[in-house]
Amino acid sequence: MTEIGLGHYLTLGAVIFSIGVIGIFLNRKNIIVILMSIELILLAVNINLVSFSIYLGDLTGQVFTLFILTVAAAEAAIGLAIIVVYYRNAGTIRVEEIDKLKG
Amino acid sequence: MVAHAIFFYIFSIIAVISAIMVTVSKNTVHSVFFLILDFISISCLFIMIGAEFLGMIMLIVYVGAVAVLFLFVVMMLNVAQQKNKWFNSETTSSTHIPVGLIISTIIFFELIIVVGGWKYKPELSDQNTTQISNEISNTHSLGQILYTDYIHIFQISGMILLIAMIGAIVLTFRKREGVKTQSYLKQISRERSEGIEVLEVPSNKGVKIDD
Repeated sequence: MTEIGLGHYLTLGAVIFSIGVIGIFLNRKNIIVILMSIELILLAVNINLVSFSIYLGDLTGQVFTLFILTVAAAEAAIGLAIIVVYYRNAGTIRVEEIDKLKG
Repeated sequence: MVAHAIFFYIFSIIAVISAIMVTVSKNTVHSVFFLILDFISISCLFIMIGAEFLGMIMLIVYVGAVAVLFLFVVMMLNVAQQKNKWFNSETTSSTHIPVGLIISTIIFFELIIVVGGWKYKPELSDQNTTQISNEISNTHSLGQILYTDYIHIFQISGMILLIAMIGAIVLTFRKREGVKTQSYLKQISRERSEGIEVLEVPSNKGVKIDD
């Protein structure tokens, strides 16, 4: 219990990943919270990569975390731009009312 | 070791609770604040585990840029207060919430099983190529392999950021109507003949200009 190992960090990553997936499904408000849930999922992936990197003594995981950070920032910027354009055109970003694609 | 465990539990409990609050809080601005708290506690964990550079980058990139971007968009779009309940919606009887709960529970237990079963593959740890050395700092060693072994991926990620920036600008750019702007082409293609006019002024009558 007092010895913190790799399993603790991986469990934390698993919990945060699952909360992110639940947040995508559970969300009934607006699409911004879905983007935040995706950020949570990427955060969980980062936790896994960093803890593996530290506990295996291999630095490659931290380099890949850096690249995931880059892609997450780009994804947030593009996603928020799309949301702003959609709000300007449709006047709403509620999840239920975004059904233009009839998906 | 006990201090490490105590700090780990404090930061991870804060992280998990704030992650739950991101998904369930009714106000979107509160969600963004809890997201910031989540990022801060995870970066504290990173710094504690020995990845200081990533912890600091996490603070700068996520808390400083991404979360503030979220906050700006939430405030601009005027969606902070949503009066409807988050679990059951009035308009559509959604059936995908229990499905989502089941799927995420299955994902969680699969990840836990992976954590348990990974211990039976200890030979995976022998294949590392870039050892973490204790002589130089984390930032120094990351820089040593980031700019040598991973230089092409580094440049490609820079390209991704550039394309994301251009894409965001192009997506949100709009031409406004009725705004007085300077037209350089019109200015420099002006001729002398359309600029001035020489009139014969009759005496005692004058001329009318600007009619």
